[in-house]
Amino acid sequence: MSAAGGQVLVGLGVGRGVAVAPLALVRPAPVVPADEPGPADEAGRAAAVARVERALCDVAGALRVQAANATGTLRDVLGATVEIAADPGLLAEARRRVEAGTGPATAVDQAVEGFAAVFSAAGGYLAERVTDLRSVRHRVVARLLGVAEPGLGALLEPSVVAAVDLAPADTAALDLSLVAAIVTEEGGPTGHTAIIAGQLGLPCVVRVPGITRLPVGTLLAVDAAAGQVTVAPSADLRATFSVRSVAEAALSEDTAPGATRDGVPVDLLANIGTLQDAERAAPTAVAGSGLFRTEVLFLERRTAPSLAEQTEVYRAVLQAFGDRKVVVRTLDAGADKPLAFARQTVEENPALGVRGYRLVRTAPELLETQLEALGAVARSLPEAERARLWVMAPMVATAAEARDVATRARAHGIARVGVMVEVPAAALRARAILAEVDFVSLGTNDLAQYTMATDRLRGELADLLDAWQPAVLDLVATTATAGREVGKPVGVCGESASDPLMALVLVGLGVTSLSMAPAAVPAVRFVVRRHSSAQCRAIAAAALGCDRAVASRAAALALVEPEVRTVLRLG
Amino acid sequence: MAASGLHARPASRFTQAAAASGHAVTIGRAGEPGVLASSILMVMGLRLQHGEQVVLSAPGASAAPALAALADLLGTDLDAADET
Repeated sequence: MSAAGGQVLVGLGVGRGVAVAPLALVRPAPVVPADEPGPADEAGRAAAVARVERALCDVAGALRVQAANATGTLRDVLGATVEIAADPGLLAEARRRVEAGTGPATAVDQAVEGFAAVFSAAGGYLAERVTDLRSVRHRVVARLLGVAEPGLGALLEPSVVAAVDLAPADTAALDLSLVAAIVTEEGGPTGHTAIIAGQLGLPCVVRVPGITRLPVGTLLAVDAAAGQVTVAPSADLRATFSVRSVAEAALSEDTAPGATRDGVPVDLLANIGTLQDAERAAPTAVAGSGLFRTEVLFLERRTAPSLAEQTEVYRAVLQAFGDRKVVVRTLDAGADKPLAFARQTVEENPALGVRGYRLVRTAPELLETQLEALGAVARSLPEAERARLWVMAPMVATAAEARDVATRARAHGIARVGVMVEVPAAALRARAILAEVDFVSLGTNDLAQYTMATDRLRGELADLLDAWQPAVLDLVATTATAGREVGKPVGVCGESASDPLMALVLVGLGVTSLSMAPAAVPAVRFVVRRHSSAQCRAIAAAALGCDRAVASRAAALALVEPEVRTVLRLG
Repeated sequence: MAASGLHARPASRFTQAAAASGHAVTIGRAGEPGVLASSILMVMGLRLQHGEQVVLSAPGASAAPALAALADLLGTDLDAADET
């Protein structure tokens, strides 16, 4: 693709930020062609073995240089990969296959996968080395196939990092101080990449076809609010973007508590997954955390974290937020977040299977240990502060399940117990569920997925997954109404809480708190503070009165204060 | 052998010594085929536990001193000497 100046690539934006920086590409792992020819004769075998030997040796050499130039953890990781690339056992295994007539790249691939299988089965330290094994595999196979090495070269300047899609390991390897924005060809607006970008406050646009075919170094202007990437932006556009970044920065200077213009409080809270997230969010102007995703502690672990370890982390997170509230969500594993140590039978429909609270059916000790740890933390808080630890369970579908959650949690001395509303069944029966618990929190990503029967991981169905879909809005309204009627809090902790326009609709429906990536809070605070509760109700009524997602959004937008539309560039 | 079993750093020291010996040394459990002692991937893949008996071997009588030194390394460097 030519990099025509001003060409605009369109995708789905995540968050609101803007950035102008050159393109850096994360190349995907090379795929070995299934029909790679094997050596035909004795001479061919010798030549193929020599090629494998040379590729392993070259990769070890290149990694050795990289390790020498690296520091800290990266240096250790690279050192471990040098050892693998130079390993005589790996060469012996690959050689054996080539000599049996296998193609060289296939032979290396199979040799690595052989070790990976043994290491994965061993668990623990060895299983963690599988990533290093594969990293060597990708480099060696790329050399043997004559394609570019995978991954992202070292960033030398702030860059727009682009990839077909980013795996968690890819994002972990990024030097975030030099990532100006993230753009992917695949992935959905609520997938892993988008969530990480939101957490870090990075502008992000997903589902941008063609982004990885642009030449590395191409200057790009990324506009997350518009979901657009402009290739080789004009000087005018660059100037506009720089003004916008200044405006965004100004929004974050307002630290007043969240409330409508007429003073109806709306708690603005941070979504967090780790103690580090808590420590980053706590100094910002948030009323606490409305979603502490505890599964982050559990994922990529071979064994469940112990009672002592969990207690320590939960206590530290509570401490980080001082006297503010923290809503802890119990383990939400399963579906797209499998646990190594709670391996289930393979499910054909994991999103509809044993996930979240439903794990009590197969592994009740996971929830019990979590509640015991949280109970210990609650008891260690001063009496007056105990009510700031809120605990909720995900994937609850019935009032009976809500009662079970409440019974279990209260037995451990937890004062505020709630459940997530993300299954349509729970939204439809919100009143019965609220009779069992102290609060509910709407997970709009999953609620949309289950209401619209649309996989969150299928980017091409993103229009159906829209939180503005009338059916999704109806279920949110049903839940909020039930909360208002019984006088119990109804929060929202899905992506829609971070959309300023949607935030007004949610407040108008009676939602009492909005929890989001910390980077999204300033714009939501601004929009809520500029509208009265009566205006919010009118905006909500307008949105609910339409029969198409696009129309709902337009109807809401038409009632937004003009000043807000200009500052936030809502359109 | 180290209390944690033979992996990571202790394994790395052992495999480097095996490679430096210049002999095609193998290591394995008694009665099982041995693996290349110079390969950290293969040695770690054995998942040897603390105190486990292992057999070191290499072709040729000239390898005997090298084998003794490696057995010694497993014993002295990494705690209890149970190697045969």
